[in-house]
Amino acid sequence: MPNVMLKKNADGKLVFYVPKKDLEEVAESVEFDSPEQWGGEVLLSDGSKYYFEPQAQPDFPVTLRAKRVDSGE
Amino acid sequence: MAALTREETEALIQEVLEVYPDAAKKDRAKHLAVNDQSLEKSNKCITSNRKSLPGVMTIRGCAYAGSKGVVWGPIKDMIHISHGPVGCGQYSRAGRRNYYVGTTGVNTFGTMNFTSDFQEKDIVFGGDKKLAKIMHEIEELFPLNKGISIQSECPIGLIGDDIEAVAKKANKEINKPVVPVRCEGFRGVSQSLGHHIANDAIRDWVLENRDGDDSFPTTPYDVAVIGDYNIGGDAWSSRTLLEEMGLRVVAQWSGDGTIAEMEKTPKVKLNLIHCYRSMNYIARHMEEKYKIPWIEYNFFGPTKIAESLRKIAALFDETIQANAEKVIARYQAEYEAVIAKYKPRLQGKRVMLYVGGLRPRHVIGAYEDLGMEVVGTGYEFGHNDDYDRTIKEMGNATLIYDDVTGYEFEEFVKRVKPDLIGSGVKEKYIFQKMGVPFRQMHSWDYSGPYHGYDGFAIFARDMDMTLNNPCWKQIKAPWKAAASEQVAVAAGA
Ligand code: SF4
Repeated sequence: MPNVMLKKNADGKLVFYVPKKDLEEVAESVEFDSPEQWGGEVLLSDGSKYYFEPQAQPDFPVTLRAKRVDSGE
Repeated sequence: MAALTREETEALIQEVLEVYPDAAKKDRAKHLAVNDQSLEKSNKCITSNRKSLPGVMTIRGCAYAGSKGVVWGPIKDMIHISHGPVGCGQYSRAGRRNYYVGTTGVNTFGTMNFTSDFQEKDIVFGGDKKLAKIMHEIEELFPLNKGISIQSECPIGLIGDDIEAVAKKANKEINKPVVPVRCEGFRGVSQSLGHHIANDAIRDWVLENRDGDDSFPTTPYDVAVIGDYNIGGDAWSSRTLLEEMGLRVVAQWSGDGTIAEMEKTPKVKLNLIHCYRSMNYIARHMEEKYKIPWIEYNFFGPTKIAESLRKIAALFDETIQANAEKVIARYQAEYEAVIAKYKPRLQGKRVMLYVGGLRPRHVIGAYEDLGMEVVGTGYEFGHNDDYDRTIKEMGNATLIYDDVTGYEFEEFVKRVKPDLIGSGVKEKYIFQKMGVPFRQMHSWDYSGPYHGYDGFAIFARDMDMTLNNPCWKQIKAPWKAAASEQVAVAAGA
């Protein structure tokens, strides 16, 4: 369950940062991405997947706990 | 000498690895790579931020060096106690050439060494009492200090002293910030964790000091320069450009910096990060907590400076954007003259770098502006996010080496035969004796500044002065030179 720091980049895309692993990736897709419901499975550009408890859209940048779904390898 | 092809570079790495025992060879292989610009992510080709191998010559420092030497040390109006035995602080004193204004020993303390000078009895009975006493001594002797930081050396963590408790108590008594930093040298694999620990200490003990206090008048153009250590005056030649552009530099971290500037940083509109490696942590924290965006910039060489000024200006209004163009135009004649003068003397020369922080990638542009090419680069203590940012800056098939060992570096140099090497003082004399022109690129070989347009002129002059120095023709003993000439003549006949 890594702590993930999330922010939006200049193009409005979600940027994923895991400090412990120096992992900095852009999210390709977010399962739920509306103001009322946000989260679910997030697919990163390196192919790995993470899961966030669905919740009201947080105020980015923010640090959330994520579950690793699969490593993409 | 022509550039090596990808295959040749790969073969060179294999050849160099050959001498290691199997386990070491396997480990070191992961830290050496041939650059491939098509890669998006460096973890496909290089491993970094791992423990150095026992038995090899590494060039890394310790966590204490990262905190005291890099992040905290330059905060000039605070007194930084090197807490523990005397050596750690004394042997690194003033080595980084962080320039500052002020009267040393009165209101600034940058080049002084304060230590608790641990003796056997302090190790046995603990040093907390001594530390508390030191704070009062400091207050008495240097009343104009604006705060104290306690930089732990190895023994403090080993004997389990409670420096936090001492700091809290002293803070109440002297009514100034007292910051305990748990940067014992044994933490982490290099100075890099020391930077992180120092950033966390700033987050926990300094940044919140002015939360809820709006007495500081702000403007929409407030920025902070973060990760510029003012080596040889770097931050000054950077700051003038930002100010000419119409921005207000509220804080400088930490070269020529003060604790008051740090405390005011949460009030700025944008954080500008020069050394990403040592200060990205605090920028990310401020982004989350205070919603202050941050961007990286690069003030080495006119191409990168113009790029960075425009990138910074784009985040402000049209006046600032127009000003950025004016700044670039104003210096144009100046930097073009520098290029016109030095490029013909430096064109086509090949450089190998091995430094820390931001330089292995940031200075590449400055060399390219002079028509030179960087054919090998590496970080002492970089992480993979640094290498991600390096891949695109470097040419294809060039060498990338992480935490390179003394042996590997020498072998690479013998084969790649660069015209110039930029690295630290520990490498300097080895390569000079090998007859290779060398610049010490940690503290600019006692020169500088190298940032900004003013710095670029000095950078170009220094590179020329080193590379084209007549001494390199005198490296061979006359009788040996004569002998090899005869052989050449004989072979030619
Ligand atoms: S490793 Fe420990 S003893 Fe050595 S310089 Fe660093 S803090 Fe001092």
